[in-house]
Amino acid sequence: MEWAIIIETVIKAVIVLSVVAGMAAFATFIERKVLAYMQRRLGPMNVGPHGVLQLAADGIKLFTKEDIIPQHAVKPIFKIAPVIAPACAFTAMAAVPFFPEFTVFGYTVTPIISDINVGILFVMGVASAGMYAPLLAGMSSTNKWALLGAARTVIQLLSFEVVSGLSLLAPIMMIGSLSLIDINDYQIGGFTSWLVWKQPLAFLLFVIAGFAETNRTPFDLIEYEAEIVSGYATDYSGMRWGLFFVGEYANMITVSFLVSIMFLGGYNPLWIIPGAIMILIKISAFIFLFLWVRAAWPHVRPDQLMWLCWKVLMPLALINILITGIVLI
Amino acid sequence: MSLEQFTKRDVSPEYIFYEGETKPKTGWEFFKRGFSRAIKGELFVGLWIVLREMFAKGNTHTVSYPQEKIAMAPRYRAIHKLLRLQESGSERCIGCGLCEKICISNCIRIDTKIDKNSRKEISQYTINFGRCIFCGYCAEVCPELAIVHSGDYENASEQRAHYGLREDMLTPLDEFKAKKQQEFPGFGAISDDADSFVKKTPLAY
Repeated sequence: MEWAIIIETVIKAVIVLSVVAGMAAFATFIERKVLAYMQRRLGPMNVGPHGVLQLAADGIKLFTKEDIIPQHAVKPIFKIAPVIAPACAFTAMAAVPFFPEFTVFGYTVTPIISDINVGILFVMGVASAGMYAPLLAGMSSTNKWALLGAARTVIQLLSFEVVSGLSLLAPIMMIGSLSLIDINDYQIGGFTSWLVWKQPLAFLLFVIAGFAETNRTPFDLIEYEAEIVSGYATDYSGMRWGLFFVGEYANMITVSFLVSIMFLGGYNPLWIIPGAIMILIKISAFIFLFLWVRAAWPHVRPDQLMWLCWKVLMPLALINILITGIVLI
Repeated sequence: MSLEQFTKRDVSPEYIFYEGETKPKTGWEFFKRGFSRAIKGELFVGLWIVLREMFAKGNTHTVSYPQEKIAMAPRYRAIHKLLRLQESGSERCIGCGLCEKICISNCIRIDTKIDKNSRKEISQYTINFGRCIFCGYCAEVCPELAIVHSGDYENASEQRAHYGLREDMLTPLDEFKAKKQQEFPGFGAISDDADSFVKKTPLAY
């Protein structure tokens, strides 16, 4: 019996890893296309019809490119840092339920690698630990841009982590469980039972914190080209740089899943649309939102991010918790 | 116009001086500014604009270059051309050497000789494109409209001297016979209504 569970877990992990890595890679193509159309360009056009095979070309390029390690970099840390980003991003997905349960040949499959009872805490914690990747990469690079990027990583972590934690507290108080499956089942009653209607402020705050957590555009200060070249990744090339990239996109997918499950009804079926399709629609919409915002909005300064998170969002989150508490009593 | 009007330095009636945004001083004013910036919806205007552009058809600015090319303006100054006379097909260049003289980067070289009809004839005409700055003086000074600028901007080649020799620049005879020689419409060219200005030579003196 134990062997069966181990084999099942390994199969699930391999599937999640490969599918999400593929989605993350494909998201880079989608991002380039969407950004291009929003900026009145065409984007990649030459590799395959409308450039859909650009992904393969980029992959070949990244894998075969020379791996340069600067002479004075702290080599072991410089080499290990890029692994942390995708490792943490994929580990965080262990507690995320991707789809509703389904049955294959009479065997019920739960599409979650491990249903731990502190699921949401685990996901948030491991995803935040992924911030070690830019931090260590920047500090080991002996490059001033990279060091500035690393410093900004810490600023960012200190800013968004409080907001994301506190904004999740209010809905968790209502649900009474940290498991993402319980959170999903709480919203089983259709469109009106989605938590976003009961906790709109928490939803907004968590989305903002999610943008900061994934370094997406209004808060992309750790690798903002105009100020610090490429931030922590300035010295990286080839597949080591590609790992950061995969980690960032995997993080985007994780955050999209989290928001969908926490606030938008998760994988519950809606009307005639089955649950698996529903959650795919939701995360696609969220990924599109990430790209959309990147095309439209400028980014903020580090001090503005701290100002926003500590002076605006955190008090709002606290007020939200207070009101939720009063209503619950 | 009198001198006073030129030397007048006071521009105050025409110019509007922008003092800049008034900075908030009290905490309440800071709060009001932050609140209005958050509520105003400027961020959503930006979101709407990029979404509209995404779904709008045919507003791309990209020219997929090797497949599509932009038509060059008549006065665009790319690689030079030596033109032929429309009637006879012989070279327009009379070897006067004005272009060689005016060239500010000294990149034109003309060799001339006297031919058997004791007319001046060019034996060599080269432009060193490594030094040419494409100022257009040579085309402007040419009395015969012989050396002109073309619109050919694709000039990658294996040899430094390519495109700059007389054989490269002169309209090939077969192209000329196929009436493919484009008249130069840039500076110094004959205007479209030039024929209407032609007058009979007054011989009644």
